[in-house]
Amino acid sequence: MPFGYLGKRLLHLVFVLLGVSLIVFLMLRLIPGDPARLLLGEFASAEDLARLRAQMGLERPLPVQYGLYLGRLLQGDLGRSLRNGAPVAAEIGQRLTATIELAVAAMAIAAFLGIAAGVVSAVRPYSLFDTLAMLLALVGVSMPVFWLGLMLMYLLAVRFPVLPLMGRIGMGNEPEALTGLMLVDTLLDGGPEAFLEALEHLVLPAFTLATVPMAVIARITRSSMLEVLQQDYVRTARAKGLDESVVILRHALRNALLPIVTVLGLNLGLLLSGAVLTETIFSWPGLGRYVVDSLMARDYAAVQGCILVFAVIMAVINLVVDLAYAALDPRIRFHA
Amino acid sequence: MRRIPIIVTAALFVLVSFSGGSAAETPRTGGTLVWGRGGDSVTLDLAQATDGESIKAGIQVLENLVIFGKDSMNVEPQLAESWSVSEDGLTWTFKLRKGVKFHDGYPFNARAVYDSFARVIFKEHPYHGYGQWKYVSLSLAPVKDIRVIDDYTIALVTEKPYAPLLNNLALWLCPIVSPRAMAEYKDKIGMHPVGTGPFKFKSWVKDDQIVLERNPDYWGEKARVDRIVLKAIPEPSARLMALQSGTVDIADDLDPDSIALVRKNPKLAVIERPSINVGYLAFNTQKPRFQDPRVRVALSHAIDKETIIRSIFAGLAIPAKNPFPPSIWSYNDKIAPYEYNPQKARKLLEEAKFDFNSEIELWAMPVSRAYMPEPVKTAELIQSYFAAVGVKAKIVRHEWGAYLSKTQNGEHDLCMLGWLGGNADPDNFLYGLLSADTAKPPAANVAFWKNAEFTELCLKAQKTFNKAERTQLYLRAQEIFHAEAPWIPIAHSTIVRCYSKKLHEVPLRPNGLNSFPMVWKEK
Repeated sequence: MPFGYLGKRLLHLVFVLLGVSLIVFLMLRLIPGDPARLLLGEFASAEDLARLRAQMGLERPLPVQYGLYLGRLLQGDLGRSLRNGAPVAAEIGQRLTATIELAVAAMAIAAFLGIAAGVVSAVRPYSLFDTLAMLLALVGVSMPVFWLGLMLMYLLAVRFPVLPLMGRIGMGNEPEALTGLMLVDTLLDGGPEAFLEALEHLVLPAFTLATVPMAVIARITRSSMLEVLQQDYVRTARAKGLDESVVILRHALRNALLPIVTVLGLNLGLLLSGAVLTETIFSWPGLGRYVVDSLMARDYAAVQGCILVFAVIMAVINLVVDLAYAALDPRIRFHA
Repeated sequence: MRRIPIIVTAALFVLVSFSGGSAAETPRTGGTLVWGRGGDSVTLDLAQATDGESIKAGIQVLENLVIFGKDSMNVEPQLAESWSVSEDGLTWTFKLRKGVKFHDGYPFNARAVYDSFARVIFKEHPYHGYGQWKYVSLSLAPVKDIRVIDDYTIALVTEKPYAPLLNNLALWLCPIVSPRAMAEYKDKIGMHPVGTGPFKFKSWVKDDQIVLERNPDYWGEKARVDRIVLKAIPEPSARLMALQSGTVDIADDLDPDSIALVRKNPKLAVIERPSINVGYLAFNTQKPRFQDPRVRVALSHAIDKETIIRSIFAGLAIPAKNPFPPSIWSYNDKIAPYEYNPQKARKLLEEAKFDFNSEIELWAMPVSRAYMPEPVKTAELIQSYFAAVGVKAKIVRHEWGAYLSKTQNGEHDLCMLGWLGGNADPDNFLYGLLSADTAKPPAANVAFWKNAEFTELCLKAQKTFNKAERTQLYLRAQEIFHAEAPWIPIAHSTIVRCYSKKLHEVPLRPNGLNSFPMVWKEK
């Protein structure tokens, strides 16, 4: 195992996070808008405003503010929300699990359907299925998530109510928040019926969120598979008399996976940090909405905390993708 | 002979349709009221709250000494049974309700009132550091001392006589919170509100839902529904679908198109009330070209408010002629509004020798508010009205924070702004936004209009505790405002509540903030 490599990457991560913290800190203060002013709006008196600014620590010089922030950060404290004074770490924690559940479900749908469509299209290029699948993929990439979500919601939850309209589980059936992941919590605390209900609630938002990555994955899989299927070793495998499914799934697909894994990783990162629209339409209490609301209110501490969390998520996903390369292609080696 | 039954039937029909279709049914206890709203609450410690979503949830749980009526802004007793003001107008003595308990079992008494108020205004109070008291100037700032007379009597002492204090105490900003809970939860009291209200706080999943349960030990008439679930549904179309499909019983803040759909739906109901806000255009009266009242009156004639209300507010507003709306007492309805008359406007401007060659700056708000739903479109309309009388106007935009700071420093020619008079006291509008005292930068009086007689009337009214006398003072103040025209008041928006007809006895206060103990739900 490449432990030396892993150590080096983790060390890099520390510097990356330091850089991110400084850039986000400065950028937030460069954009116009005073948090105290935005919080109090047009109804505040000058005294109220001055008192709140002092309480928020906004009167101090920027280097002092950053120093204090960094000092707390090194102790694992993300600070307190300027809007409600709650610890940012707790605010993020509550929402992160909802976002993870939605993003992972969406990614699972996107990966399964996307890879399947891509493989079949590559095996039968220019067939009716290929044409239809790639057309759908084109529509999927260009479809506004917002519109698709509302349409699916109207059709499947209002017009023909087969799926729930919004939220993570029916009112009154909430399990105890043991992990924050509704599917897991319903299994631990609610039983199979509650689990199925949570699953039903997940279908529409996850499918909506999955459309764009699904389309991208289908197209990448198709082109990557087409290239691999032309290789000599595929011909050799077929010449050996191997079953076609073994040739395609074990020999061709595994070698075609490298670009797909890259796209998977990239998209998972995007889903985890940018599911704002889907979360808004389906009233999903995730981190995307939180970061946008925080940004609108110039809640510096909350935005800084969220961006740091996103940076860690992206770095970890990149690391996992890199490690996956080696598992998929034995020719790839890591050097510490 | 046949006429009487027809009239009676018609009257009954009006009554029945006004109350949601089933006044004859007996109220039912039980069920869950699901309330779909645009966002989550920020804090449920209302002394720290600045947003409507926090207040909506918090007022179900927390109560005040006094409160506004359920459908009006008249102050009524709540946790105080009665009150009196000393002759010098400085000491307000409240007799408290006995036998009331907080949701945690702690008894309600003068000590609880003391701690709830003292934490906000006294820096040395042990709980002061647990919160950000953001709107003190709107609530308890005039109070300089709090005296516990006995277990059920408390006195608030102000520095100078201040009649609007009673209305301030009815605001969400002055809740009485359990002292035991304040000591236990410290700076997390906003996540664990403990009051005396008809509903108890049960749970809160951030950005998702807040669950409140009936308080079985409530001192007054017990709540009818078992629980209230406040669901955050940020997307307005999703909120409408949730109401149409029966997922929620009430949907807040729908857009005008959605409200029209709700009106057509036989299963849904809409109630409307004039709000307590005003959207206005303020002249910077310190700028030479707006110093002449004739110019301000002329431009008041240039604007067609009816068209603005039809096209921008989708009809959900009434034209404004005074600085505050008719839902607030002492509104001067005798004042004749400046009618829309471009020819008259042009003539008046010529008489006042207005310089038609130079361009004026018309500042448009960058954010949408109930009193100004589409500020930029409104500014464009006003720009065209001004052009029609020969006045060239350039629309200026700034980021919201900068907009507020710059207008408060008087950098504008004309600016759009508005006000929601939370405590529903005329003083809040007249003294707060138009007196000479508030015309110093950073000024709330963004017209920088300094009229000695007007200010004097406002100050006198603050010291007058007889409502009839105060009314006379405010009626006169509105006449001066009208003659001098430091603002062009544009509109007072209408507040709307859309809900399922399964709900009954749904109240709507002109500020849109109600507690729901008497609401009941059909099976």
